[in-house]
Amino acid sequence: MIVRISGEDQYELADADAARLNELENAVVAVVDSGGEDGFDEAYGALIEFVRSQGKPIAEDELEASDHILPPPDLTFAEAGAEFTGEGLIPD
Amino acid sequence: MAGLTGRMSTVVKAKVSKLLDRAEDPAETLDYSYQKQVEQLQNVKKGIADVVTAKKRLQMQESSLQQSVVKLDTQARQAVAAGQEDLARAALERKNVAQTELQSLDTQVTELEDQQQKLTDSEQKLRAKIEAFRTKKEVIKAQYSAAEAQVRISEAATGVGEQMADVGLAMQRAVDKTENMRARADAVQELEAAGTFDDLTALGPGEDDIDKQLKQLSSQPAVDDELAKMKGEIGAGGAPAAGQIPSQSQTPAEGKQT
Repeated sequence: MIVRISGEDQYELADADAARLNELENAVVAVVDSGGEDGFDEAYGALIEFVRSQGKPIAEDELEASDHILPPPDLTFAEAGAEFTGEGLIPD
Repeated sequence: MAGLTGRMSTVVKAKVSKLLDRAEDPAETLDYSYQKQVEQLQNVKKGIADVVTAKKRLQMQESSLQQSVVKLDTQARQAVAAGQEDLARAALERKNVAQTELQSLDTQVTELEDQQQKLTDSEQKLRAKIEAFRTKKEVIKAQYSAAEAQVRISEAATGVGEQMADVGLAMQRAVDKTENMRARADAVQELEAAGTFDDLTALGPGEDDIDKQLKQLSSQPAVDDELAKMKGEIGAGGAPAAGQIPSQSQTPAEGKQT
């Protein structure tokens, strides 16, 4: 499967990594839903780091669509809670 | 996959399909997509130029503030040496404000540099994807029937469209950050225009408003400490010569309404 880290690169990950990716993402969502900022940077950092370390970067001249798109690595807690719910961060 | 990733993916895919839905036949889709891609690349270049301009503006303010800090420090020393403690204190208060502004500008210049680097990287990636799309477009035109071509074009355009949407996102974040910094730069400029960092010796009795604002802005203990240190260094322990300087408390801006 192909995963994009927004603002960075696309990575090719083994399909077997999907479960772990899902777990890490659920951990981030749990922090956001709890409404407290504590642990957000750590949880989100772990998700990004997993993709970077497990994935193989896709060449810049390849035209692949991603299966999953992660928000930018410098995503803030406020952005995670608010702006990604709508179209706020992506212009037309 | 739900949550953040799901939301991001949905939004990006919606943008991409909106792009593709505008054209009916394969040739039109190719031309339209390619034209959009080239336009987007121009926008990215413009965005980078804006960030560079904002950064230069902040850097110019930095160097002018640095000069003010040196000047005010010299004036404070001269005032201490002359036993004019009030004047020295006023100069140090201003120096304190200038230094605080300098620190904040420094952080922002670093942030803008970071944004500039990110956008430059994004531009290179988008350029590579567009070039790959251009090559693929020629292959599609030459090798495939209309029906097949439509499918292949969609695949290729989705890949490059996703990159475009993503660069658009990076651009918007950079523009937002640049806007914040522009507001900050304007605030510093207002301080300069108000004479906050001007030559103190040129001040007349009418400038008390600025002094009042400065007292609120600057941290008093830091000014006290620095003044004490300066006095120790210069060794001018004598009492300030009364009557030589217009004391702020004695000269409220008479008749001046704000």
